[in-house]
Parts: sequence; structure tokens; C-alpha cells
Amino acid sequence: MRVDWEIAKRGWRRYAAYPWATAAGVFTNTIFGFLQAYILLAVYRHRTDVGGYDARDAVTYVWLVQALLMTVYIFGWTELSQRIRDGSIATDLSRPLDPQRYWLAFDLGRAPYHFLFRGVVPFVVGAIVFRLHYPTPLHALLFVVSLALAVVVSLGVRFLYNLPAFWLLDIRGVLVIAITVNLFFSGMVVPIAFFPHWLGRVAQALPFASALQTPVDVWLGQFTPWRIALQAVWAVVLLLLGRVVLRRATQKLVVQGG
Amino acid sequence: MVDAVVVWSRLVGAGIRSQLQYRMSFALDFLGSFLIAFLDFLAVLVIFHNTPRLAEWSVHEVAFLYALSSICFALTDLAIGHLDLFPQLIRDGNFDILLVRPRGTLLQVISRDFQLRRLGKAAQGAIVLVYALSSLHVDWTVSRVCVLAASLVSGVVIFASVWILFACIAFWTVDGGEFTNAFTYGGNFLAQYPIDIYGAWLRRFLAYLVPLGFVCYFPALYILGKRDPLGLPHVLQFLSPAVALAAAFVAGALWRLCVRRYRSAGG
Repeated sequence: MRVDWEIAKRGWRRYAAYPWATAAGVFTNTIFGFLQAYILLAVYRHRTDVGGYDARDAVTYVWLVQALLMTVYIFGWTELSQRIRDGSIATDLSRPLDPQRYWLAFDLGRAPYHFLFRGVVPFVVGAIVFRLHYPTPLHALLFVVSLALAVVVSLGVRFLYNLPAFWLLDIRGVLVIAITVNLFFSGMVVPIAFFPHWLGRVAQALPFASALQTPVDVWLGQFTPWRIALQAVWAVVLLLLGRVVLRRATQKLVVQGG
Repeated sequence: MVDAVVVWSRLVGAGIRSQLQYRMSFALDFLGSFLIAFLDFLAVLVIFHNTPRLAEWSVHEVAFLYALSSICFALTDLAIGHLDLFPQLIRDGNFDILLVRPRGTLLQVISRDFQLRRLGKAAQGAIVLVYALSSLHVDWTVSRVCVLAASLVSGVVIFASVWILFACIAFWTVDGGEFTNAFTYGGNFLAQYPIDIYGAWLRRFLAYLVPLGFVCYFPALYILGKRDPLGLPHVLQFLSPAVALAAAFVAGALWRLCVRRYRSAGG
């Protein structure tokens, strides 16, 4: 446990070391937030309700997504695949610490940093300019739980799409496809409430929604408890799957350079 | 100028040949690029699943804007998208190497890479264009064809100028890459939708001052024969080439200024 804590602190510090990158990211998230908010508001000139979202919910969704997308690291993470590609994974495997546990601890240190420093400012800007929906205390509490689960689910997904590097070395193609599917089905580009009914049902069941749309819907109070349970299920399933694939890969691993 | 083109095409040609060496990887990259673009457009269709019109624009009209912006942005990205890696060049000191070579620094930075797979995105834009035009019944006069052709060229020049302009931030901080993204990827996102839906202050800043409205909104009004919901002067619909030239001039001037004042991190 102590070792996990130390690793988590490194995860935090890694990103805290680049304040300008954080500031630039906040600026960009804010611009995208405005663009998307106005686009969705244009839909509400003709309607008052879309899939249970009124205009205020839709705008709140936009700012929550901009606030959370770095917390759940949606744009792709390749550190593991790079270590596989350059052979450093051999060192990692010889350590008395499981790589998956290492990255999970690291990510659980990184996520709070991104939540506080990448998330809060864009959301506050959005809250100043637009009228947003705020949760009840109970929903706020559940939101924190749901967000923590979302980070684990997201790491589970990211860990899995990095592992093909053991077989392919260059995973750019895999990565692009994984990120694209992730962006769309997580509800980042358009809220899942806007999807056609059948597609929405499919998207809700997939792990990607558990990594972003679910905490947003918990904030909005538009959820049933089973969706949080589903997040927990996906977290466990994805982490187990990651372990199985990692074990298969290391059994045949030949590190380059002998 | 001719010399610059020759150097650029040699370097880019070498880059293309090297990318085609790994066929499988290239095919997957191209496919990935295409797929990412396809899902991107799916977002537009999902929005129109919920409303027949976005403000006063139909799905085919928005698709037209989307296609023009995407094609221009994909071609810009193809040619200079690796400016995203420019901060790295400053950080590791390799920019200094370019300074001692007998060619312009901008030319050298731009010709360092050429990501052929990004044609996948342009291909998707072309398909969306066909989809849009299939039910728009545009009256194709000579002047409309000319405006379309001119807007494709000016669109690329505007996007490229904006990209170079905001890439200059790397001369001050190498961690500002995301800041540039707001205007490049953000600019493409903005231009894909009709600018009359945005708040007035955002439009003044990102559509006129940073002239992203001239990438496709104004030319599209003319081509589609659509009344401007913003009620702006008609002449703006023909100004894209002039705006593009001005943007290129500003970007070039700022780049030269930055290079002149540049001090290497190596001290």
C-alpha cells in the first residue's frame, strides 16, 4: 500500500512539473467548451428536450466533459507501448512489482492532479457564462465515486490497447482506431442522450461510456444505480483481461537487443 | 522560391517513399485516419437526428461546410501537421541546426515530415462533399465554381497561417502545444459549423480576427445562394483569397521576428 502511495505521488508530480502545459490545456478545453456549448444550444432552438436533457443539462454536459476529459485521459496514452517497443518493459517485468499495479497507482495519482488543475477552471468559466445544473449533495457524492471508477475503467481500456505492442511493435494504427471508438462511444463528441435510441443502448453497455458519460449523468441526476454497478463490473473485467493478455504476451516475450 | 519548392518536394518525396516501406502499418494508419474522420461526421448526423435544422441550416448545408473545412484542414495537416512537434525541436536544441543551414527555417521545419496517411481524412471530406451536393441542387455557374476552387486554396492557406502563427508560441514556452491546438483543431471544429450559431464575442474573436469564418462560411453562402443569417455585407463572400494572403503575410512576418529574437536553450 505504501509503495502504491509513493507511485501515485509520482503520477501527480510528473504532470505538476509542467504548469505551462496545464495552462495551455485549460485554455484549449475552454475554447472547445464554448464551441460545443453553442452547437448544442442551436439544437434547443427547435426543441426543449433531447433524450431527457434540457438545454441546461446539455450545456452542463459540455463543461463537465471538458473538465473531465483529461482526468480520464481520453486522448490516448502510449507510455506502456513505448516501454514495450524500446525494451524497457524487460526492466519493469524484473521488478518485484506488477506493471499493471504500477500503472494503476500512477494513474490514480495523475487523475486528481488533472481533475483539480485541468478540470476546475474550464468548468468555472462555463459556470460563469452559462446557467448550469448543479447536483444534490447525494448526487455529488455519487459523482465522486463514479468518477473514481471511471478513471479505473479508462486505465483498463488504455492498458489493453497498449498491449498489442508486444506483437506489432508499431501500434499507431491500433491506437487511432481505439481512440476514435473511445471518443465516440464515451459520449465525448455528442452526448449519448442524443444518440438514436438503439445506438444509445449499445453505447451505455460498452465500457467507454463507463469512463465518461456515466459520471456526467450522475452529476446531472440522470442515472439508475445499475450504471454505477456496471462501471464497477467493467473496472474488474478490464483489469483482469489486462492481466491475462499481459501474461500471454510475456510468455513469448523476446526483448530486442538480447 | 522555385528553389524552395524543389527542396521541399525532394524532402517530402523521400518521406513519402519511406512511409510506403511499411505497407501494413501505412494501410492501418490510412484506414484509422479514415475511420476517425467518419466517426467525426457521424457526430453531425447524430445532432441532426434530433433536429431538422441547426439554427437555419439543413443537414446537407452543414455537411457542405463540414466537407470544405475538413478537406482544407486535412490538406493543411498533411503538409504541415508536424508543426505539432515543433516545440520538441526547440526543447532538444535541434532547431539550432536549422539556423546554420543555407535555407529558410520555416521551409526546413515544414519539410521535415509529410504524413501521407492524412489523405484518409481528405478522402472522407470528399465523400461528405458528394453527400452534401447530392441533394443541394447547386446552380453551378462559372463564378460559383471559381469561388469553390478559390475557397479550397484560401482555406488551406488560412489554416496553415493560423497554425504557423500559433506555433510561434513555442519560442516562448515549449509547453504551449495545447494552446496552438485551440486554434488549429479548434479552428477546424469551428469552421465545420455555421458561425452564426456561436456567441457574438466568440465569432468576433475566432471567425473574424482569427479569420476562420473565411475558410468556408462566407464562400459557402455564395455557392449555396443562401441569405446570410448574420446579414453581413455581400462582398465578404469573395474576400477569402485576400484574407488568406493577409494571414500568410502576418504569419510569415511573425515567424521571422521570432527567429530573429530566438535564443537557444543551450545558451
